[in-house]
Amino acid sequence: MLRGTPFHSRTSALCEGQNWRRWAGYVVAGSYELTHEREYYAIRTTAALIDISPLHKYRIHGPDAVRVVDRIVTRDASKCAVNQIMYTPWCTDAGKVLDDGTLWRLDEQTFRLTAAEPNLHWLLENAIGLAVEIEDESDRIAAVALQGPNSREILKLISDTDLDTLGYFRLKRAAVADLPAIITRTGYTGDLGYEIWVEADQAGRLWDALMAAGRAYGILPTGILALDIARVEAGLLLLEVDYVPARQAEVASQTSTPYELGLGWTVKLDKGPFIGRQALAEQKRRGLKWKFVGIEVEWESLERLYWEFGLPPQLPTEAWRESVPVYSGRQWIGYATSGCWSPILKKYLAMGHLRAQYAKPGTPVKMEVKVEHQRKQAAARVVKKPFFDPERKRA
Amino acid sequence: MGRVPHYDAIVIGGGHNGLTTAAYLAKAGKQVLLLERRDILGGATVTEEIYPGFKYSVASYVVSLLRPDVIRELKLAEHGLEIVPLESSFSPLPGGDYLVRWADRDQTRREIYRHSPHDADLYPEFGRLMSQMARAVKPLISMAPPDPTSLNPKELLELAKLGRYFARDLEQEHFYSLVKLMTMSVADFLDEWFESEPLKAVMSSSGIIGTFLGPRSPGTAYVMLHHFMGEIDGVFRAWGFPRGGTGAVAESIASAARSYGVEIRTSADVEQVIVKKGRALGVALESGEEIYARRVVSGVDPKRTFLKLVDESHLPSDFVEDIRRFRIQGSSGKVNLALSELPHFTGLPADGPHLRGFISVGPSIEYLERAYDDAKYGAFSRRPYLDIVIPSAIDPAMAPPGKHVMSIFVQHAPYNLNGGWNDAQREAFGDAVVDTLAEFAPNIKDAILHRQVLTPWDLEQVMGLTEGNIFQGELSLHQLFFLRPAAGWARYRTPVKNLYLCGSAAHPGGGISSAPGRLAALEILKNWSKPWSS
Ligand SMILES: Cc1cc2nc3c(=O)[nH]c(=O)nc-3n(C[C@H](O)[C@H](O)[C@H](O)COP(=O)(O)OP(=O)(O)OC[C@H]3O[C@@H](n4cnc5c(N)ncnc54)[C@H](O)[C@@H]3O)c2cc1C
Repeated sequence: MLRGTPFHSRTSALCEGQNWRRWAGYVVAGSYELTHEREYYAIRTTAALIDISPLHKYRIHGPDAVRVVDRIVTRDASKCAVNQIMYTPWCTDAGKVLDDGTLWRLDEQTFRLTAAEPNLHWLLENAIGLAVEIEDESDRIAAVALQGPNSREILKLISDTDLDTLGYFRLKRAAVADLPAIITRTGYTGDLGYEIWVEADQAGRLWDALMAAGRAYGILPTGILALDIARVEAGLLLLEVDYVPARQAEVASQTSTPYELGLGWTVKLDKGPFIGRQALAEQKRRGLKWKFVGIEVEWESLERLYWEFGLPPQLPTEAWRESVPVYSGRQWIGYATSGCWSPILKKYLAMGHLRAQYAKPGTPVKMEVKVEHQRKQAAARVVKKPFFDPERKRA
Repeated sequence: MGRVPHYDAIVIGGGHNGLTTAAYLAKAGKQVLLLERRDILGGATVTEEIYPGFKYSVASYVVSLLRPDVIRELKLAEHGLEIVPLESSFSPLPGGDYLVRWADRDQTRREIYRHSPHDADLYPEFGRLMSQMARAVKPLISMAPPDPTSLNPKELLELAKLGRYFARDLEQEHFYSLVKLMTMSVADFLDEWFESEPLKAVMSSSGIIGTFLGPRSPGTAYVMLHHFMGEIDGVFRAWGFPRGGTGAVAESIASAARSYGVEIRTSADVEQVIVKKGRALGVALESGEEIYARRVVSGVDPKRTFLKLVDESHLPSDFVEDIRRFRIQGSSGKVNLALSELPHFTGLPADGPHLRGFISVGPSIEYLERAYDDAKYGAFSRRPYLDIVIPSAIDPAMAPPGKHVMSIFVQHAPYNLNGGWNDAQREAFGDAVVDTLAEFAPNIKDAILHRQVLTPWDLEQVMGLTEGNIFQGELSLHQLFFLRPAAGWARYRTPVKNLYLCGSAAHPGGGISSAPGRLAALEILKNWSKPWSS
């Protein structure tokens, strides 16, 4: 059965548009107002409060915690300092990505791993015989993301810690609204932002305190439709949308390795054995057939296609998530998996999988667009991700 | 000549158009120097903290016409530009009633229905026609204007293309509407469609903004259309507020310009364009310094450029006459307020979405026409038309937490006030504005922490806008397209070789658009190797 998150009593009172979406067995707001536009701008220009409780969370604790984690993820967990967070994928033996998430080091012997998919069984299986306890904390911990340029000022008002010294991808234990919490400098928006993690039964109080503190700073409860645009602008992958997790693939050709997803930087081949290492080393040697790239559709080309029908370009108002063919000349060279019109950049963006020889930034390609019911091809270019990367994200 | 040019180009004036031209020239590899008279960039597109903690968009306050191609080509988002759409327009009416047009079509229809069921149904149809008209006219805006009297085959070809476009793509009934729009008054044009007074009033106000005209003056229908041309993301008629105020637009363009290598000097007042043998060689600053360049581009209005900076002896006398006749009298003022709390409009909740869009005080056509009547006879309007936004309700960083700034654009305040502007007149004008607003939001007087009043005279003194005209010249038909700024001189060139215009006085005109700036740069670059010759 679908259920509400620990914030449901608050979010449901605010969700005027009754626009609910499912996420990992929960319902969360798609948008609070009738359209998600203001919420998108809150992420980029003021502050957005986003319920992210449905994420899976696992606690890995014990003398062998580093060994277990290192065996699973592709990053080097032994290099993860206490209070540091690493973004990482993890793979099958064949090097195919199972999932991706964040790995936090809470102390020498304790990690938290966040994941899009349930991973308890995978963790337990790989911990057999080792001195660790693994706890599924998913339901016990509630989380909200506070994202946007005003997020720091708001959080300062109600937390007892020095946020100016909390670096990007670092965490701090703090009291937030007098509740014991963990603040992480993370997010899915590519903007300045934090995520705040508390015990589920205290979720309501956290929400109220954040909303009250944020009022003078333009805080808006924000749904996942707005988030989806921000994450495309930030060039961040989404499981089941931009890649098929290895466990769900019907055939091997649907799966991807971290290299093929542009996550080569997360693969530490020389850190010692981990699941998928051999296959990944082999692929690195042989070279890639596919790459995951950023694509920018050229405005002038869109304008021309629509002009033939006497129309101004019709732009998607939501981020789309479907497979769209990409061509070079007449040849099919791959497919885009997500895309959106970026209101800030004034650009039509997409991300997708292209044959490696077409993946160099600057390569001209063509992406299919539907114009007045007809399939057309718009001129586009391969570009670097992230599309939008403001200094404040790390500052 | 004998002088070695220091730069490929000098741009006079750091308004957003001058900055845009400089950025495009430098992006194309030219060595560019930009000179701004004030100690701050932006011209009429400027944010200043006049009262500590409160940031005013001192003059212009919303963006609509800013070209998305400029945002893309100069990568303005990377240089910090973020524009938030403003989506509603709220008109308070006497007695606590109101009319709000929302972003949601059906909500708007229901709201108009309260005032007139007839108008509620026609409103979307009118909107469609306007966006079709705006689209019909838009190609004119994106291209450098052809000169119909020219015998140059290229120009004639472009004009023919335009003619063909009108013949092919505009249905006949649209063509008639376009002719009406070009000639009628906005009030007459709207009378053909609507019956509701408040609706007509708020719609007609865009036909008089920035003009020295009333809603019953012919030509104002076109000005309304000009405002429909603003687009955000290909959506016509949307307005936005730049985070950080309109100064953020100029700052982001300046940042882009610097990234391409433009050298920017502020507090550099150009006194003269150095001209020898009909050719611009450089500029002389007020300090006496002389700087030489291959091209000189003026982002300053034509009166200043040709009647002050260039010695008249270098210009043909009929051209000087045209420039003298160029209508530029300003008729708008600006009041910026720092507020301890939001204005509470009678009949509506103290806070709400109606405060996050436009607030338009001008409840009827008659009200607007009377406001103009005052100005016609040399007085400021006793009950003026007010176009208000509360920037801090959209971007709280514009004011200290919980406090607000309010931007009030006021019409009319004629530059040539009877007896002239002085401190007492300025304050009396400010009082008229606040008194008018207080009729609808009684708490406003007590909420005011600081007030800045700008008359057209102040706009001239502070921003260097001749006669305080907000568009560097009125947007009336005889001053648009190939007639802007003077017949025969619309392609950014001037009678002085190597001297160009790039400000809002050039095609396609005023507003925060960067369009004249961009088109001027492209035109200058196109002819770089072959300097213009007659
Ligand atoms: C009160 C007011 C409200 C407005 N509201 C809006 C609005 O809401 N939305 C909108 O789109 N438009 C609005 N406008 C119009 C818009 O601001 C202008 O059309 C636009 O900013 C003009 O830009 P520009 O670069 O062409 O010229 P300007 O901004 O006028 O720039 C000219 C620059 O040249 C400098 N200069 C002058 N003389 C010299 C010299 N001798 N040497 C060196 N430098 C010199 C000036 O200091 C100035 O910086 C408004 C204008 C005003 C005045």
